[in-house]
Amino acid sequence: MKPKKLPGYLSPAERGWFYVFRFYGLVVLFFLVVPLVVIVPLSFNATPYFTFTKGMLEFQPSAYSLKWYETFFTNSQWLMALKNSFIIAPIATLIATTLGTLAALGLTRPNMPFKTTITALLVLPMIVPLIITATALFFYFSYLHIVDSYVGVIIAHAILGTPFVVITVTATLEGLEPQFFRAALSLGATPRVAFFKVVMPLVLPGIVSGALFAFMTSFDEVVIVLFIAGPDQTTLPLQMWTNLRYTIDPTILAVASMILLLAVVLLGSMELIRRRSEKLRGLSPQ
Amino acid sequence: MCADVTVATGGPALAGSSSLKANLRRAEAKKRRTAFMLTLPLLAFITVMFLVPLIGMVWLSVANTAVRDYMPKTVAAMATWNGKELPPEKVYAAVGEDLTVAYKARTFGRIAKRLNQEMPGVMGVINKTSFRSSKVTTPPASWKDELIKIDPKWGQMPIWNLLKRQSSMFTADYYLAAVDMQVSPTGHIERVPSYERIYIKLFIRTAWMSALVTALTLALGYPLAYWISRMPPSRANLMMIAVLLPFWTSLLVRITAWIVLLQSQGVVNSLLVGSGMVSEAARPQLINNALGTVIVMTQVLLPFMVLPLYSVMRSIPDTYMRAAISMGAHPWRAFWRVFAPLTVAGVGAGVLLVFILSIGYYITPELVGGQSGQFISNRIAYNVQQSLNWGLAAALGTILTVVTLILFLLYGMITGKGKVSLA
Repeated sequence: MKPKKLPGYLSPAERGWFYVFRFYGLVVLFFLVVPLVVIVPLSFNATPYFTFTKGMLEFQPSAYSLKWYETFFTNSQWLMALKNSFIIAPIATLIATTLGTLAALGLTRPNMPFKTTITALLVLPMIVPLIITATALFFYFSYLHIVDSYVGVIIAHAILGTPFVVITVTATLEGLEPQFFRAALSLGATPRVAFFKVVMPLVLPGIVSGALFAFMTSFDEVVIVLFIAGPDQTTLPLQMWTNLRYTIDPTILAVASMILLLAVVLLGSMELIRRRSEKLRGLSPQ
Repeated sequence: MCADVTVATGGPALAGSSSLKANLRRAEAKKRRTAFMLTLPLLAFITVMFLVPLIGMVWLSVANTAVRDYMPKTVAAMATWNGKELPPEKVYAAVGEDLTVAYKARTFGRIAKRLNQEMPGVMGVINKTSFRSSKVTTPPASWKDELIKIDPKWGQMPIWNLLKRQSSMFTADYYLAAVDMQVSPTGHIERVPSYERIYIKLFIRTAWMSALVTALTLALGYPLAYWISRMPPSRANLMMIAVLLPFWTSLLVRITAWIVLLQSQGVVNSLLVGSGMVSEAARPQLINNALGTVIVMTQVLLPFMVLPLYSVMRSIPDTYMRAAISMGAHPWRAFWRVFAPLTVAGVGAGVLLVFILSIGYYITPELVGGQSGQFISNRIAYNVQQSLNWGLAAALGTILTVVTLILFLLYGMITGKGKVSLA
């Protein structure tokens, strides 16, 4: 990063202020990011402590080890939690994405009745605090006898994911020029072909990022799981929660580092999707 | 009918346009139906699996079912009792018979639990009476004497007043309890004894700690957003990824990171001790208290403040400030009079968003809050999972939901007018 060249007419006080300000900004960024980065080296700690040992600071190879990663991949509880997360999150994402995309298609039609009210209703699960959703669903699911079941957790996570899909897909569809579809028709495409060849590629980035949001929501959710899941539905966040509360050991640092890596990959792909979608749109005449 | 009128006034051409209108209307109606049908699956899903549970929670916060369901004869017999002096023999008989049935059906525990929530100590009376009255084989000459023999409390007014109140279908008891009030044995609404007053305190703490977190995120987020918004786009995007990284990382990962940093043998304390700023014995307690909750929540919620601020600031051209300065304003004055007023909508949106999110926070206070950093959500969870007072949990939940929705309406008004987006 090259420092920005300051204009020559600034007074010393203004220059000083500029650097103070930049320092403050860096400190805030530091506050945001560094706590996350710190856990990565600590996850390679050879001792069962949550702090840098003397050996680690002196970069002795013996102070580092992969044993917490090994623990994760050999411990049946962590593996079950991992498996459950990868069962629940994809199914919930699939439900949320399908229903959410359909709803967004309806909401962006010019003739949609009660549009504002219905939109407000559909994004409600995002607004109501999680603890309330968890409480209400717990009472309801106890009544329906689906607490301690996969069905209950999947339904709950699908509900939490839908607002993200509705919002991202609606935003994408609203930015879509209706002329594209008509142009395709006028050039001889059937409505079906026009939809899949022209509209779909333009809307897909919105659907994919909505689905990613829904996936991350489910993958990260612990309050609802805490309330309505049984021991057999323990997900990764719930296992982390249990670990943090009762048997705190550095395995959780290994898990956290891997999830962090996943987040970086997902965020990177979101950015790529965004750029791609902008490029596609950029080709369109205004 | 429409066609008749046009034929009379205008002839065939207009008649054609009128049927065109009808066709158009029909086509429009069809399109509306199609649009609605597309949203219907999600609408149905959300209604059945989200709205109904929410309404169920509100119902649970006012419903009073235990006594009505399990002591039906008593409820019927008490309908004509005036409540001034001890009830007549037929009410005693009804209680005796109801509790006999309840003992055999194993439902007396629910009656006892519900009544005990309102009058501690009644549980024993109900349990004992259920057991003893079920042992009475031939109907006694006087159920009144029998019950008073089992427990002298049946000869006093408070338990009868309680039963009378609990025999109505709805109750405000849970809401009263949610604001540290109760109905006294004599039927007046009063505050609970001072050692039991926790909810008002918790509501206030939730509000002020959320306000503190909001103020901190604003103090940290505003300059950061300003800084990033003045960068060239490519670098600003990179910076925003750094801001978004914590936003995208699992909440539990972030909390783990903070526990690592802040615990008494953690990284921050080791640095403080290692650098000699703090002695080994005086390691400050940075976590498992209100301070821990505030630190962690500030970091967790900071992106929600930066995003709307950045989106507003990005749309303000550099030239505005430069123009103000070139016309002789001090940079500070230019900032306060030109830049700051343009960001009011973003500040409003960010402040409300962070505040709304933080009053509903549960995980963070639960894991790093200790005793002094607990929020109202933690008490809701406690009432659901541990004390099993679902009515009270539902009442607290309803209050929190209503507050959140009102704040969100405000948020909608702010973001609707300004052009603040989160995407």
